[in-house]
Amino acid sequence: MNEAEFEAYVQGGGQVEAGDPMPEGYRKAVVKFIEMHGNSELMGVLPEREWILRAPTLQRKLALTSKVQDEVGHAELIYRVVEDLGKPREACLDDLVAGRTKFHNVFHYPTRTWGDVGVIAWLVDAAAIISQKALLKCSYAPYARIMKKICWEESFHILHGRDVILTMMNGSDEQRELVQEALDRWWGPLMQFHGNPIPADDDPMFRWRIKSQANEEARQQFLDGYVPQIWEVGLTVPDPKLAKGKDGVWRYSEPDWDELKWVVTGHGPETERRLGFRQASRVETAWVRRAVLADAA
Amino acid sequence: MIWEVFRQEREGAPFQHGGSLEAPDLRFAKAYAREFYGRRGESFALWVVPREAVEEVREPMVAEVFDRDYRRVDGYSLKGKLKEARGRAGTAATR
Amino acid sequence: MDAQELLRLADDEFILGWRDSEWTGIAPFLEEDVAFSSIAQTEIGHARAWYQLAAVELETDADALAFDRDPDEYACAPLVELRLIDDWAASIARRWLYERADGIRIQALLNSVDRDVAGLAEKIDREEVYHRIHADMWAERLRDHDLFSRAVEDLWPYALGVVSPEQRPLLCHAIGLEEVGAIERGNHTPDLRPLWEEMTMVRRSLPGATW
Repeated sequence: MNEAEFEAYVQGGGQVEAGDPMPEGYRKAVVKFIEMHGNSELMGVLPEREWILRAPTLQRKLALTSKVQDEVGHAELIYRVVEDLGKPREACLDDLVAGRTKFHNVFHYPTRTWGDVGVIAWLVDAAAIISQKALLKCSYAPYARIMKKICWEESFHILHGRDVILTMMNGSDEQRELVQEALDRWWGPLMQFHGNPIPADDDPMFRWRIKSQANEEARQQFLDGYVPQIWEVGLTVPDPKLAKGKDGVWRYSEPDWDELKWVVTGHGPETERRLGFRQASRVETAWVRRAVLADAA
Repeated sequence: MIWEVFRQEREGAPFQHGGSLEAPDLRFAKAYAREFYGRRGESFALWVVPREAVEEVREPMVAEVFDRDYRRVDGYSLKGKLKEARGRAGTAATR
Repeated sequence: MDAQELLRLADDEFILGWRDSEWTGIAPFLEEDVAFSSIAQTEIGHARAWYQLAAVELETDADALAFDRDPDEYACAPLVELRLIDDWAASIARRWLYERADGIRIQALLNSVDRDVAGLAEKIDREEVYHRIHADMWAERLRDHDLFSRAVEDLWPYALGVVSPEQRPLLCHAIGLEEVGAIERGNHTPDLRPLWEEMTMVRRSLPGATW
């Protein structure tokens, strides 16, 4: 199959397995896309981990530990898929901490209060799930298969997020302020999360059916699903232009695409500190991997 | 070492591939498989298999040189024969 | 069973669960991260169950016992307070020693005249089977590593302090070490206060709030 035939094959619904012949460009694009997902799951763990230790009730502690555990598990599944495409896990982690590969914008920002914990579990996870559901149709079959387990586990996270938020919104004025303040800080990154609108025809990710949902479509789905939820509990969105038009399309202030680019290229407020933290732990535990994984037959 | 994990969703259901994981030996692999595919009680049983023990067979499943219509449903055409046999026996076609 | 004894059991599991959850996201490799996190969650679940029993006696609730006491009021053994993060050998050594100690303790409680205690001990014992499997598989893997054997030696006096004096010979037999002077409950290590401060910071920020 030449490249044109391959493109027709995947566009017609054809699936690709790990051992199949595939154009080098496709392999590279799949590795890059999936690796970024794995990196994001792993980096998302670090801000949340701090709050496990500070969770204010036994139930929240358990729920948050469970959520983070799922995310580490997702990273494992994802890096396994990348490894079967030829890039070992340690190489992925080396590139991540060296800043050579990317992870999603939202995980470059600080978390300041328990309000952030709720907003992340409710809205950041929601934004991610919308993208993840679209990946169930990815032409690269091993990835599409793990997305099924990932989506199922993420459904528990949204419930947890909603519960945390509703409990605070039904609590004291100070708690409601915590949520609103967190939402005000996270709105910008949330609107940037799905990426700037790119015409599908220009995007090789579409031509190869790695992605099957346009960035803007994902964002609209997010707004449609979650802005009403935000408003109905008495929260405001810090965008005076945000409104649903009569045509069903949400209008909003143009997100700061420069900020997005700056952040994902490694200049987020927490990027350096978090990558440093991850690298330090890796170094401390390198002897364990050598002892346990290396000398296995 | 890479291990493949197959999971049985309910008692009696077929074992289906769940995913793979890295572990130094079977003892570790079983412990990890339990966590990955059972911590929410979502599997009734698991098979944990070293990757190199799995042999893949892809199509063509058998050499398709001669027609083997006797192995397929569309290789049998009974309507005409049934009509003839009923005619002989003098019975009307059953609805 | 008196509330103070219940709190010893609860505080041991709770503080150890807190320490074990420090590894979430940074365990030596991802598969182990997921497994270790389950252990931490189970410990906190066990702590919750002991707190709930104690709460009935003390006419309060489990969260209040877990979070609203001063550091000096916690009844945990010094072993579980120690800050061992980033030291995998020591963390595994502590898990392994603690599971053996706790196993001895739980066995004794299976025969408690208090039906609630015996019943809870039985449930906990069933879950701890997996903890023991995990601890044993790691202990065997690291058996020949200096870091691990030194950690076991360093933590041994602390481990003895988890069980009652009458139970210590059983622990010596289980671990294969001679009895030494135990580091007893009652004097908290310097590691507890910073743990407590972080653990209770959200809770203390709005006392009485529902989270």
